[in-house]
Amino acid sequence: MSGPTSQSLTGLEPLAESIAKPSRRSPASPVVMSWIVLLVSILYFGLPLVGTLIFSLRAQPFGEAYKMMVSDGQLFKDLGYSFVIAIITVLVSIGLLVPTAFWVRLRLPRLRPIIEFITLLPFVIPPIVLVYGLLSTFSGPPLALTGSNLGSDALLVCAYVVLSFPYMYRSIDAGLRVIDIRTLTEACQSLGAGWFTVLWRVILPNLRVAILSGAFLTLAIVVGEFTVAIFLARPMFATYLQLISQTQAYESAAVALMSFAITWAAMGVISLIGRGRQEKIIAGVH
Amino acid sequence: MSYLALTGIQKRFAGGTVAVQDFNLEAQRGEFVSFLGPSGCGKTTTLRMIAGFEKPTAGRISIDGRDVTDLAPNRRNVGMVFQNYALFPNMTVAGNIAFGLNVRKRPKDQTKKRVAELLELINLADKGGRYPYQLSGGQQQRIALARALAFEPTVLLLDEPLSALDAKIRVALRIEIRAIQRQLGITTVYVTHDQEEALSLSDRVVVMSEGHVEQVGAPFEIYNFPATPFVASFVGTLSLLPGTIVDPANGVVRVAGQQVRVAKHLTGGAGRNLTVALRPEMGSLGASTDPADNNVQGTVTDVAFLGSIVRIRVSLAEGGPIVALDEFNEPTLKLPAVGETTTIHFPADGPLVIDTGAPVEQLEELIAEA
Amino acid sequence: MTQTAQIGDARTAPQPGRRRFSGTVLGVAPFLLFAVLFLVLPTAYLFVGSLQTSTGQLTLDNFAHLTQPYTIAAYEASLEISLVTAILGGLFGFLLAYATIAGGLPKPIRGAIMTFSGVASNFAGGPLALAFIFTIGRAGFLTVFLRAIGLDPYGAGFTIYSKIGLEIVYLYFQLPLMVLIIAPAIDGLKKEWREASENLGASNVQYWRRVALPILLPSLLGSVILLFGNAFGAQATAFFLTGGFIPLVTILIGSQLSGDALGDKNLGYALAIGMVAIMGVTLVAYSYLTRLAERWQR
Repeated sequence: MSGPTSQSLTGLEPLAESIAKPSRRSPASPVVMSWIVLLVSILYFGLPLVGTLIFSLRAQPFGEAYKMMVSDGQLFKDLGYSFVIAIITVLVSIGLLVPTAFWVRLRLPRLRPIIEFITLLPFVIPPIVLVYGLLSTFSGPPLALTGSNLGSDALLVCAYVVLSFPYMYRSIDAGLRVIDIRTLTEACQSLGAGWFTVLWRVILPNLRVAILSGAFLTLAIVVGEFTVAIFLARPMFATYLQLISQTQAYESAAVALMSFAITWAAMGVISLIGRGRQEKIIAGVH
Repeated sequence: MSYLALTGIQKRFAGGTVAVQDFNLEAQRGEFVSFLGPSGCGKTTTLRMIAGFEKPTAGRISIDGRDVTDLAPNRRNVGMVFQNYALFPNMTVAGNIAFGLNVRKRPKDQTKKRVAELLELINLADKGGRYPYQLSGGQQQRIALARALAFEPTVLLLDEPLSALDAKIRVALRIEIRAIQRQLGITTVYVTHDQEEALSLSDRVVVMSEGHVEQVGAPFEIYNFPATPFVASFVGTLSLLPGTIVDPANGVVRVAGQQVRVAKHLTGGAGRNLTVALRPEMGSLGASTDPADNNVQGTVTDVAFLGSIVRIRVSLAEGGPIVALDEFNEPTLKLPAVGETTTIHFPADGPLVIDTGAPVEQLEELIAEA
Repeated sequence: MTQTAQIGDARTAPQPGRRRFSGTVLGVAPFLLFAVLFLVLPTAYLFVGSLQTSTGQLTLDNFAHLTQPYTIAAYEASLEISLVTAILGGLFGFLLAYATIAGGLPKPIRGAIMTFSGVASNFAGGPLALAFIFTIGRAGFLTVFLRAIGLDPYGAGFTIYSKIGLEIVYLYFQLPLMVLIIAPAIDGLKKEWREASENLGASNVQYWRRVALPILLPSLLGSVILLFGNAFGAQATAFFLTGGFIPLVTILIGSQLSGDALGDKNLGYALAIGMVAIMGVTLVAYSYLTRLAERWQR
């Protein structure tokens, strides 16, 4: 497939100029190639969404699927539950990672490779293996957590915190790189502040954008996550979606579509707030 | 017969900004021409039009008699040295230098010979197998130069090649660049905002501001006979002394309550405002008995030791204009103290007359921007 | 993913004496504790379990049993699907990323594609499988449409409930993931390199062959490897689409967890550890290539 690649999608020329290029240049205008690629991509990504939409509209009477969705109490209950879990996950993750990333940058640069390696481990240990390990470790004495709801919830949060490591850490670390934490900390300390104050009043506020994008990504992952949720038997959004896909298919289509749309819109808003950072973050998959 | 000719070049960007207006230049073969001006004056845009990366909205460019205005950049056979070198990181030094020859499908042994030649020329004969990231900025810039010269281009273009380097290396490297250019006799266009570079290297300097050409001339000319206030203030240091004409026929001007004579033609009648401008090398300490000289009195406000010269600032009146003058540094130099009243002198044909009623602030703005 | 130049580290304060050092480590203790409890411990549990028989004796039998035809088939299927979707996702993802970043398209499109990729790379499991079933399943709207104009994919033997179908579905999150990962590398392709190469006489083809692709190669390879790992570890989507019909390593582990016994649980542990090993190799390769890429992109 060397055709399109070698047939150059050229550099950063303004649209007008490329179309006006003299014919001595390559005959196929390079920008046309870009548009073709874009169109094909839109087709590939759009059609399944269209399919979902069409299916969701098949419920009689018209719009019934959406009506069911809106009036589905259990859906919102589980969605709310997912959100709560997600927010707790984000808070725990921030609480763990910000001080750690800060401390490593400031005082323990030699530990940095090790810490980084640990934060990359979730890539090596996919959710299915992670939940397998967690269940094996925590389902019996001495660390029995799965017996109770609270215990399972705690386990769930901890699993998601682990899964969020790569994205949160990378975001936070990138954010810290831009701030001169050494000078800020020294300035803070010379004014009499302790470590907590430094973190809470100086570092954290400056990391707002970084944390926001990392947090949002974690949110998206947790709300969409299925594997860990189902094996830990917690009433999460994704597991409910699976349930109703077998019983109320039309509604499930409507829900899937809505969640996609809302997530996309929210991501758009976030990216407008934290311009340019969005692409540096890798999204996760199951 | 000019070798490189730009006629009526204009560049207007989508959105309305006119980056270059009516640019004309005829450079001879082997000539070293600098484009000098502050950021945004259009010098780099013009250079890029010669290279072919921008297409002029109007005008023609010709090299060695051939009209290249519509020719793609990879067909023009001009060599360009970029500001941040743009060396290909995936190739060795030798690979980079050989690139222009390789894409022209020159035979391998010829290429090898040529690369060795160039490495010798830039004094990096043993670095051929290194990668760019292993070398210093100055070395990388020399390699960029060698790469641009390898395929024997008709014209050499340099886009602020030294601005990313340390001061000392800059000076050494620019001398090297000029030496190589002379040796090869290649027509060269050099873009810079550093007037010292432009003045010391060029056969001719094109001073630009806000898209148009202010003056074209030899460095000596530009410095001593600036054609416009902008050129006068951008090139070199200038002391601005607002004054009033007293006697136009004899060139007598009143400056800061003192009368001086300038050997320049003054337009307008008595009472007209103008500005007398003085280069620092014009003034000297002490009173002069030569009738062709002007003596003025003032208070010393600053004595700055700059190494080979000492720059003394003298205020001609309370809150009034300040004259900067340079004296060569030598052990026996007797310097006045700050706050001392002193006399200084300058020759009558020394000052420039900026014949506008323009307020000093406007002219000082020009200096501040430069 | 691995950090860039250690310039900042050179300016670190000199290490204090040993006693103070151990005190400083305390700052990262909570994190390390957490990692040990919820990452290292579970993995260790699996690891130890994989080396034991059901009675607790040390053995390598579990790993030997991985060569059963059933598990071999699962590994083969997982590898095949991961490889195919990694390469295709890498290729098309690169094309899309390049088109939107450096291909001359209007600026807002980049933002839209990036945010979309952020969502799509996370769109998996049930909703994704269903979306494709609704589209090119037996009764999917596209299938119906194609039949109406005379084309019958299902008649020709195609079915979405197959490896090929799974690959098509996997691309939905692989491709966007590639877009997101490769975007910084494309941004890093300096405009000056292209101009320098043009100035030196190279055509477009020559530029790509000699400059752009070699420079991008480590990033491209690294990203494809990451995509491979991503597909290999995916579970929910495959389970949804094929109901466990096509055995994949992740599906087998899943069945193990839900009690559809594969054999004994120690075999399940071995399966899981086998997966960790493969992913580990993936990560090492990715890290190495990323380091190489970052060194060149400076």
